[in-house]
Amino acid sequence: MSEKLHPVSVEVNGVRREAQVPARLSLVDFLRDELRLTGTHVGCEHGICGACSVMLDGEPVRSCLMYTVQADGHKVTTVEGLAKPDGTLSILQDSFCETHGLQCGYCTPGMLIAAQALLDANPHPSEEQIRDAIGGNLCRCTGYQQIVEAVKLAAERTK
Amino acid sequence: MKSAPFDYARAASLAEACELLARHGDAKLIAGGQSLVPMMAMRLVRPAILVDINEIAALKFVKPEKDAIRTGACTRQCAVERDDALAARVPLLRQALAWVGHTQTRNRGTVGGSLAHADPSAELPLAAQVLGATIVLRSAKGSRTLDAGKFFAGPMSTSIRPDECLEEIHWPVWSEKRTGSAFTEIAIRHGDFAMVAACAQVALDSRGRCTRAAFGLGGAAGTPLAFPKIASRLVGTALDDEAIDDASADAAKETDPGSDLHATKEYRRHLARVLAARALREARERAKES
Repeated sequence: MSEKLHPVSVEVNGVRREAQVPARLSLVDFLRDELRLTGTHVGCEHGICGACSVMLDGEPVRSCLMYTVQADGHKVTTVEGLAKPDGTLSILQDSFCETHGLQCGYCTPGMLIAAQALLDANPHPSEEQIRDAIGGNLCRCTGYQQIVEAVKLAAERTK
Repeated sequence: MKSAPFDYARAASLAEACELLARHGDAKLIAGGQSLVPMMAMRLVRPAILVDINEIAALKFVKPEKDAIRTGACTRQCAVERDDALAARVPLLRQALAWVGHTQTRNRGTVGGSLAHADPSAELPLAAQVLGATIVLRSAKGSRTLDAGKFFAGPMSTSIRPDECLEEIHWPVWSEKRTGSAFTEIAIRHGDFAMVAACAQVALDSRGRCTRAAFGLGGAAGTPLAFPKIASRLVGTALDDEAIDDASADAAKETDPGSDLHATKEYRRHLARVLAARALREARERAKES
Protein backbone atom coordinates (compact mmCIF):
# COMPACT_ATOMS: atom_id res chain seq x y z
CA MET A 1 0.00 0.00 0.00
CA SER A 2 1.50 3.32 -0.95
CA GLU A 3 1.21 6.09 1.59
CA LYS A 4 -0.79 9.21 0.97
CA LEU A 5 1.43 12.16 0.04
CA HIS A 6 1.05 15.73 1.28
CA PRO A 7 2.33 18.77 -0.63
CA VAL A 8 4.78 20.95 1.29
CA SER A 9 6.60 24.17 0.55
CA VAL A 10 9.48 24.92 2.89
CA GLU A 11 12.10 27.67 2.62
CA VAL A 12 15.43 26.01 3.36
CA ASN A 13 18.51 28.24 3.62
CA GLY A 14 16.72 30.92 1.63
CA VAL A 15 15.57 28.61 -1.18
CA ARG A 16 11.94 27.58 -1.56
CA ARG A 17 11.65 23.79 -1.82
CA GLU A 18 8.45 22.08 -2.93
CA ALA A 19 7.83 18.37 -2.39
CA GLN A 20 5.23 15.66 -1.88
CA VAL A 21 5.90 13.79 1.36
CA PRO A 22 4.27 11.12 3.52
CA ALA A 23 3.02 12.54 6.83
CA ARG A 24 5.44 10.44 8.86
CA LEU A 25 8.60 11.75 7.15
CA SER A 26 10.59 13.58 9.82
CA LEU A 27 12.05 16.95 8.97
CA VAL A 28 15.60 15.64 9.39
CA ASP A 29 14.97 12.78 6.95
CA PHE A 30 13.48 15.27 4.48
CA LEU A 31 16.55 17.52 4.73
CA ARG A 32 19.02 14.67 4.38
CA ASP A 33 17.32 12.16 2.09
CA GLU A 34 15.16 14.36 -0.13
CA LEU A 35 17.15 17.60 -0.25
CA ARG A 36 20.55 15.93 0.18
CA LEU A 37 21.52 18.45 2.84
CA THR A 38 23.52 15.94 4.85
CA GLY A 39 25.17 18.52 7.08
CA THR A 40 22.37 18.02 9.60
CA HIS A 41 23.10 14.79 11.42
CA VAL A 42 20.61 12.26 12.69
CA GLY A 43 21.53 10.68 15.98
CA CYS A 44 19.01 9.28 18.42
CA GLU A 45 15.82 10.06 16.47
CA HIS A 46 13.90 10.72 19.66
CA GLY A 47 14.98 14.13 20.85
CA ILE A 48 17.81 13.34 23.23
CA CYS A 49 21.10 14.04 21.45
CA GLY A 50 20.57 17.36 19.66
CA ALA A 51 22.62 16.36 16.59
CA CYS A 52 19.70 17.16 14.27
CA SER A 53 19.19 20.75 15.56
CA VAL A 54 18.12 23.24 12.90
CA MET A 55 16.58 26.69 13.10
CA LEU A 56 12.87 26.93 12.44
CA ASP A 57 11.92 30.55 11.76
CA GLY A 58 15.17 31.55 13.46
CA GLU A 59 14.77 29.48 16.64
CA PRO A 60 16.67 26.23 17.27
CA VAL A 61 14.53 23.07 17.30
CA ARG A 62 15.12 19.34 16.93
CA SER A 63 14.34 18.28 13.38
CA CYS A 64 13.77 14.64 14.43
CA LEU A 65 10.84 15.82 16.57
CA MET A 66 8.98 17.46 13.71
CA TYR A 67 7.24 16.00 10.72
CA THR A 68 8.00 17.64 7.39
CA VAL A 69 4.30 18.42 6.88
CA GLN A 70 4.50 20.63 9.98
CA ALA A 71 7.26 22.74 8.40
CA ASP A 72 5.02 23.65 5.45
CA GLY A 73 5.10 27.44 5.07
CA HIS A 74 8.03 27.88 7.47
CA LYS A 75 11.70 28.79 7.13
CA VAL A 76 14.44 26.33 8.02
CA THR A 77 18.13 27.09 8.41
CA THR A 78 20.54 24.16 8.49
CA VAL A 79 24.27 24.14 9.16
CA GLU A 80 24.78 24.60 5.41
CA GLY A 81 23.06 27.96 5.80
CA LEU A 82 25.59 29.27 8.34
CA ALA A 83 28.52 29.67 5.95
CA LYS A 84 28.59 32.51 3.43
CA PRO A 85 27.33 31.70 -0.10
CA ASP A 86 30.95 31.50 -1.37
CA GLY A 87 31.69 28.83 1.22
CA THR A 88 33.65 31.04 3.62
CA LEU A 89 33.11 29.79 7.16
CA SER A 90 31.15 31.91 9.60
CA ILE A 91 32.91 33.47 12.60
CA LEU A 92 31.51 30.69 14.79
CA GLN A 93 32.53 27.89 12.44
CA ASP A 94 36.02 29.35 12.13
CA SER A 95 36.25 29.55 15.93
CA PHE A 96 35.40 25.83 16.19
CA CYS A 97 38.39 25.14 13.87
CA GLU A 98 40.65 27.44 15.84
CA THR A 99 39.93 25.95 19.28
CA HIS A 100 39.65 22.36 18.05
CA GLY A 101 35.99 22.38 19.04
CA LEU A 102 35.35 18.99 17.46
CA GLN A 103 36.88 15.57 17.13
CA CYS A 104 34.62 13.09 15.34
CA GLY A 105 32.30 15.93 14.23
CA TYR A 106 29.04 14.11 14.71
CA CYS A 107 27.57 16.62 17.17
CA THR A 108 29.11 19.64 15.44
CA PRO A 109 26.20 20.74 13.21
CA GLY A 110 23.85 20.67 16.20
CA MET A 111 26.38 22.49 18.37
CA LEU A 112 26.83 25.16 15.69
CA ILE A 113 23.08 25.71 15.37
CA ALA A 114 22.57 25.88 19.15
CA ALA A 115 25.52 28.23 19.62
CA GLN A 116 24.61 30.44 16.65
CA ALA A 117 21.06 30.80 17.99
CA LEU A 118 22.53 31.88 21.33
CA LEU A 119 24.87 34.43 19.71
CA ASP A 120 22.05 35.79 17.55
CA ALA A 121 19.99 36.49 20.67
CA ASN A 122 22.88 37.38 22.98
CA PRO A 123 26.16 38.31 21.22
CA HIS A 124 28.22 38.33 24.42
CA PRO A 125 27.02 35.46 26.61
CA SER A 126 28.53 34.36 29.91
CA GLU A 127 30.09 30.91 30.19
CA GLU A 128 27.03 29.75 32.12
CA GLN A 129 24.75 30.94 29.31
CA ILE A 130 26.94 29.15 26.75
CA ARG A 131 26.80 25.91 28.73
CA ASP A 132 23.04 26.24 29.10
CA ALA A 133 22.58 26.86 25.36
CA ILE A 134 24.47 23.69 24.38
CA GLY A 135 23.01 21.72 27.31
CA GLY A 136 20.67 19.83 24.99
CA ASN A 137 23.46 18.67 22.68
CA LEU A 138 25.53 15.60 23.47
CA CYS A 139 29.22 15.40 22.59
CA ARG A 140 31.09 12.20 23.39
CA CYS A 141 34.58 13.38 22.31
CA THR A 142 35.57 16.79 23.52
CA GLY A 143 34.30 16.95 27.09
CA TYR A 144 32.70 20.21 25.90
CA GLN A 145 35.64 22.39 27.00
CA GLN A 146 36.81 23.32 23.50
CA ILE A 147 33.25 23.83 22.33
CA VAL A 148 32.67 26.37 25.09
CA GLU A 149 35.99 28.00 24.17
CA ALA A 150 34.93 28.18 20.53
CA VAL A 151 31.70 29.98 21.40
CA LYS A 152 33.59 32.38 23.68
CA LEU A 153 36.09 33.08 20.91
CA ALA A 154 33.29 33.70 18.41
CA ALA A 155 31.68 36.14 20.86
CA GLU A 156 34.99 38.00 21.25
CA ARG A 157 35.36 38.20 17.48
CA THR A 158 31.82 39.53 17.08
CA LYS A 159 31.74 43.28 17.44
CA MET B 1 12.84 4.64 14.97
CA LYS B 2 10.41 5.80 12.31
CA SER B 3 6.77 6.48 13.09
CA ALA B 4 4.20 4.07 11.69
CA PRO B 5 2.13 5.53 8.83
CA PHE B 6 -0.63 7.96 9.75
CA ASP B 7 -2.81 10.51 8.05
CA TYR B 8 -2.37 14.20 8.80
CA ALA B 9 -4.67 17.20 9.02
CA ARG B 10 -3.67 20.73 9.90
CA ALA B 11 -6.52 22.40 11.77
CA ALA B 12 -7.02 26.08 10.95
CA SER B 13 -9.22 26.73 13.98
CA LEU B 14 -10.18 25.18 17.28
CA ALA B 15 -13.63 24.39 15.89
CA GLU B 16 -12.04 22.50 13.00
CA ALA B 17 -9.76 20.58 15.38
CA CYS B 18 -12.79 19.56 17.47
CA GLU B 19 -14.71 18.59 14.38
CA LEU B 20 -11.81 16.40 13.17
CA LEU B 21 -11.59 14.73 16.59
CA ALA B 22 -15.33 14.04 16.56
CA ARG B 23 -15.17 12.58 13.06
CA HIS B 24 -12.16 10.30 13.52
CA GLY B 25 -12.20 7.78 16.32
CA ASP B 26 -8.48 7.12 16.37
CA ALA B 27 -7.18 10.69 16.08
CA LYS B 28 -4.52 12.28 18.23
CA LEU B 29 -3.79 15.96 18.66
CA ILE B 30 -0.26 17.16 18.11
CA ALA B 31 0.92 20.42 19.65
CA GLY B 32 4.69 20.86 20.12
CA GLY B 33 5.21 17.13 19.69
CA GLN B 34 8.21 17.01 22.03
CA SER B 35 6.75 14.02 23.89
CA LEU B 36 4.35 12.64 21.30
CA VAL B 37 6.83 12.37 18.41
CA PRO B 38 9.36 10.27 20.39
CA MET B 39 6.50 8.01 21.49
CA MET B 40 5.39 7.67 17.88
CA ALA B 41 8.97 7.04 16.74
CA MET B 42 9.19 4.22 19.30
CA ARG B 43 5.73 3.10 18.13
CA LEU B 44 4.30 3.28 21.62
CA VAL B 45 1.57 5.42 20.04
CA ARG B 46 0.13 4.73 16.59
CA PRO B 47 -2.75 7.10 15.81
CA ALA B 48 -4.60 6.73 12.51
CA ILE B 49 -4.56 10.49 12.05
CA LEU B 50 -2.69 13.39 13.61
CA VAL B 51 -4.61 16.62 14.04
CA ASP B 52 -2.06 19.43 14.10
CA ILE B 53 -3.05 22.46 16.20
CA ASN B 54 0.28 24.32 15.82
CA GLU B 55 -1.03 26.84 13.32
CA ILE B 56 -4.07 27.92 15.34
CA ALA B 57 -3.12 31.47 16.35
CA ALA B 58 -6.13 31.70 18.68
CA LEU B 59 -4.54 29.08 20.95
CA LYS B 60 -1.34 31.10 21.45
CA PHE B 61 -1.69 33.88 23.97
CA VAL B 62 -0.82 35.07 27.46
CA LYS B 63 -3.66 37.25 28.81
CA PRO B 64 -3.53 38.83 32.25
CA GLU B 65 -6.84 39.00 34.12
CA LYS B 66 -7.60 40.30 37.60
CA ASP B 67 -7.19 37.05 39.56
CA ALA B 68 -5.50 34.83 37.01
CA ILE B 69 -3.34 34.74 33.94
CA ARG B 70 -4.76 32.83 31.01
CA THR B 71 -2.46 31.01 28.63
CA GLY B 72 -3.60 29.42 25.38
CA ALA B 73 -2.99 25.69 25.13
CA CYS B 74 -0.60 26.04 22.20
CA THR B 75 1.51 28.83 23.73
CA ARG B 76 5.15 27.77 23.40
CA GLN B 77 7.07 27.16 26.60
CA CYS B 78 9.72 29.66 25.44
CA ALA B 79 7.04 32.38 25.10
CA VAL B 80 5.85 31.80 28.67
CA GLU B 81 9.44 31.71 29.91
CA ARG B 82 10.24 35.10 28.33
CA ASP B 83 7.06 36.89 29.44
CA ASP B 84 8.15 39.31 32.18
CA ALA B 85 4.63 40.40 33.09
CA LEU B 86 3.65 36.77 33.59
CA ALA B 87 6.80 36.07 35.62
CA ALA B 88 5.96 39.01 37.90
CA ARG B 89 2.47 37.71 38.67
CA VAL B 90 2.91 33.91 38.50
CA PRO B 91 6.66 33.55 39.22
CA LEU B 92 6.40 29.80 39.77
CA LEU B 93 5.87 29.24 36.04
CA ARG B 94 9.22 30.69 34.99
CA GLN B 95 10.88 28.94 37.92
CA ALA B 96 9.41 25.61 36.78
CA LEU B 97 10.35 26.18 33.13
CA ALA B 98 14.00 26.67 34.09
CA TRP B 99 14.01 22.88 34.69
CA VAL B 100 12.09 21.88 31.55
CA GLY B 101 14.10 20.30 28.74
CA HIS B 102 16.41 22.47 26.67
CA THR B 103 16.17 25.57 24.48
CA GLN B 104 15.41 23.43 21.42
CA THR B 105 12.54 21.61 23.11
CA ARG B 106 11.09 24.69 24.85
CA ASN B 107 11.01 26.52 21.50
CA ARG B 108 8.61 23.90 20.22
CA GLY B 109 6.99 22.43 23.32
CA THR B 110 3.74 23.96 24.54
CA VAL B 111 2.23 24.53 27.96
CA GLY B 112 -0.98 22.70 27.11
CA GLY B 113 0.91 19.80 25.56
CA SER B 114 2.90 19.29 28.74
CA LEU B 115 -0.28 19.21 30.85
CA ALA B 116 -2.09 16.91 28.41
CA HIS B 117 0.88 14.52 28.33
CA ALA B 118 0.70 14.36 32.15
CA ASP B 119 4.06 12.82 32.87
CA PRO B 120 4.00 12.45 36.66
CA SER B 121 7.53 13.83 36.98
CA ALA B 122 7.06 16.79 34.60
CA GLU B 123 7.40 20.31 35.96
CA LEU B 124 4.44 22.19 34.46
CA PRO B 125 1.82 19.68 35.66
CA LEU B 126 3.28 20.02 39.17
CA ALA B 127 3.08 23.83 39.02
CA ALA B 128 -0.54 23.53 37.80
CA GLN B 129 -1.42 21.15 40.63
CA VAL B 130 0.18 23.28 43.35
CA LEU B 131 -1.29 26.58 42.14
CA GLY B 132 -4.70 25.00 41.55
CA ALA B 133 -4.79 25.97 37.88
CA THR B 134 -8.02 25.41 35.99
CA ILE B 135 -8.10 23.87 32.55
CA VAL B 136 -10.65 24.60 29.83
CA LEU B 137 -11.49 21.73 27.49
CA ARG B 138 -13.48 22.14 24.29
CA SER B 139 -15.29 19.67 22.09
CA ALA B 140 -17.74 20.04 19.21
CA LYS B 141 -20.50 19.77 21.86
CA GLY B 142 -19.29 22.57 24.12
CA SER B 143 -16.70 23.36 26.74
CA ARG B 144 -16.06 22.44 30.36
CA THR B 145 -13.60 23.57 33.00
CA LEU B 146 -11.68 21.26 35.31
CA ASP B 147 -9.47 21.91 38.32
CA ALA B 148 -5.95 20.52 38.00
CA GLY B 149 -6.80 18.03 40.76
CA LYS B 150 -9.59 16.52 38.63
CA PHE B 151 -7.65 16.88 35.39
CA PHE B 152 -4.70 14.61 36.26
CA ALA B 153 -5.99 11.04 36.38
CA GLY B 154 -2.82 8.94 36.55
CA PRO B 155 0.55 8.45 34.90
CA MET B 156 0.31 9.89 31.35
CA SER B 157 -3.42 10.00 31.80
CA THR B 158 -5.90 12.87 32.13
CA SER B 159 -9.66 13.42 32.13
CA ILE B 160 -9.57 14.75 28.55
CA ARG B 161 -12.13 12.84 26.48
CA PRO B 162 -11.11 11.59 23.01
CA ASP B 163 -13.17 14.30 21.31
CA GLU B 164 -11.84 17.17 23.46
CA CYS B 165 -9.06 19.67 22.87
CA LEU B 166 -7.35 21.56 25.68
CA GLU B 167 -8.16 25.21 25.00
CA GLU B 168 -6.60 27.27 27.77
CA ILE B 169 -5.18 27.23 31.27
CA HIS B 170 -5.96 29.72 34.04
CA TRP B 171 -3.06 30.25 36.44
CA PRO B 172 -4.23 31.82 39.71
CA VAL B 173 -2.46 35.03 40.75
CA TRP B 174 -1.93 35.51 44.48
CA SER B 175 -2.92 39.02 45.50
CA GLU B 176 -0.86 39.00 48.74
CA LYS B 177 1.95 41.53 48.53
CA ARG B 178 4.61 39.46 50.26
CA THR B 179 4.53 36.29 48.17
CA GLY B 180 7.43 34.03 47.31
CA SER B 181 7.74 30.81 45.34
CA ALA B 182 10.40 28.27 44.47
CA PHE B 183 10.93 25.17 42.34
CA THR B 184 13.66 22.58 42.77
CA GLU B 185 14.40 19.06 41.62
CA ILE B 186 16.98 16.31 41.29
CA ALA B 187 17.56 14.77 37.86
CA ILE B 188 20.38 12.75 36.32
CA ARG B 189 21.16 15.65 33.97
CA HIS B 190 19.72 19.14 34.00
CA GLY B 191 16.80 19.12 31.56
CA ASP B 192 16.00 15.44 32.06
CA PHE B 193 12.83 14.34 33.79
CA ALA B 194 13.06 14.76 37.54
CA MET B 195 13.59 11.84 39.88
CA VAL B 196 11.66 14.00 42.30
CA ALA B 197 10.62 17.65 41.95
CA ALA B 198 9.19 20.00 44.55
CA CYS B 199 7.69 23.46 44.46
CA ALA B 200 6.12 25.84 46.94
CA GLN B 201 4.44 29.22 47.15
CA VAL B 202 3.86 31.11 50.41
CA ALA B 203 2.57 34.52 51.47
CA LEU B 204 3.57 36.41 54.62
CA ASP B 205 1.93 39.28 56.49
CA SER B 206 3.84 42.40 57.57
CA ARG B 207 5.02 40.65 60.77
CA GLY B 208 6.35 37.65 58.87
CA ARG B 209 3.46 35.28 59.72
CA CYS B 210 2.39 32.91 56.98
CA THR B 211 -1.05 33.80 55.61
CA ARG B 212 -1.18 31.33 52.74
CA ALA B 213 0.87 28.31 51.69
CA ALA B 214 0.88 25.72 48.93
CA PHE B 215 3.43 23.08 48.04
CA GLY B 216 3.68 19.85 46.12
CA LEU B 217 5.82 17.03 44.78
CA GLY B 218 6.36 15.57 41.31
CA GLY B 219 7.78 12.15 40.43
CA ALA B 220 6.52 10.87 43.75
CA ALA B 221 3.25 9.18 42.68
CA GLY B 222 1.15 8.53 39.57
CA THR B 223 0.16 12.20 39.35
CA PRO B 224 1.76 15.39 40.63
CA LEU B 225 0.77 15.82 44.29
CA ALA B 226 -0.35 18.93 46.19
CA PHE B 227 -0.82 18.92 49.95
CA PRO B 228 -3.48 21.52 50.79
CA LYS B 229 -4.25 20.08 54.26
CA ILE B 230 -0.63 19.92 55.35
CA ALA B 231 0.02 23.36 53.84
CA SER B 232 -2.90 24.86 55.79
CA ARG B 233 -1.11 23.87 59.03
CA LEU B 234 1.66 26.28 58.08
CA VAL B 235 -0.74 29.24 58.00
CA GLY B 236 -0.35 31.32 61.16
CA THR B 237 3.18 30.06 61.87
CA ALA B 238 6.36 32.06 61.26
CA LEU B 239 7.36 29.35 58.75
CA ASP B 240 10.31 28.43 60.93
CA ASP B 241 12.49 25.53 59.81
CA GLU B 242 10.87 23.18 62.31
CA ALA B 243 7.35 23.74 60.97
CA ILE B 244 8.62 23.33 57.42
CA ASP B 245 10.47 20.10 58.26
CA ASP B 246 7.36 18.67 59.94
CA ALA B 247 5.16 19.51 56.96
CA SER B 248 7.70 18.08 54.51
CA ALA B 249 8.05 14.85 56.47
CA ASP B 250 4.26 14.40 56.54
CA ALA B 251 4.01 15.11 52.83
CA ALA B 252 6.73 12.57 52.05
CA LYS B 253 4.70 9.94 53.95
CA GLU B 254 1.82 10.48 51.51
CA THR B 255 3.99 9.83 48.43
CA ASP B 256 3.97 6.56 46.56
CA PRO B 257 7.03 6.62 44.32
CA GLY B 258 8.31 3.72 42.23
CA SER B 259 11.74 2.11 42.03
CA ASP B 260 13.72 1.97 38.82
CA LEU B 261 17.25 1.89 37.48
CA HIS B 262 17.88 5.48 38.61
CA ALA B 263 16.53 5.51 42.13
CA THR B 264 14.81 3.30 44.68
CA LYS B 265 11.43 4.03 46.17
CA GLU B 266 13.14 4.78 49.51
CA TYR B 267 15.57 7.25 47.95
CA ARG B 268 12.75 9.01 46.12
CA ARG B 269 10.79 9.31 49.36
CA HIS B 270 13.88 10.74 51.03
CA LEU B 271 14.22 13.25 48.19
CA ALA B 272 10.54 14.15 48.54
CA ARG B 273 11.05 15.19 52.18
CA VAL B 274 14.31 17.05 51.58
CA LEU B 275 13.21 18.84 48.40
CA ALA B 276 9.79 19.87 49.77
CA ALA B 277 11.56 21.49 52.73
CA ARG B 278 14.08 23.17 50.44
CA ALA B 279 11.34 24.61 48.20
CA LEU B 280 9.35 25.90 51.20
CA ARG B 281 12.40 27.56 52.76
CA GLU B 282 13.39 29.19 49.49
CA ALA B 283 9.82 30.42 48.93
CA ARG B 284 9.81 31.85 52.48
CA GLU B 285 13.08 33.73 51.87
CA ARG B 286 11.77 35.16 48.61
CA ALA B 287 8.56 36.26 50.32
CA LYS B 288 10.62 38.02 53.03
CA GLU B 289 12.62 39.85 50.37
CA SER B 290 9.56 40.98 48.41
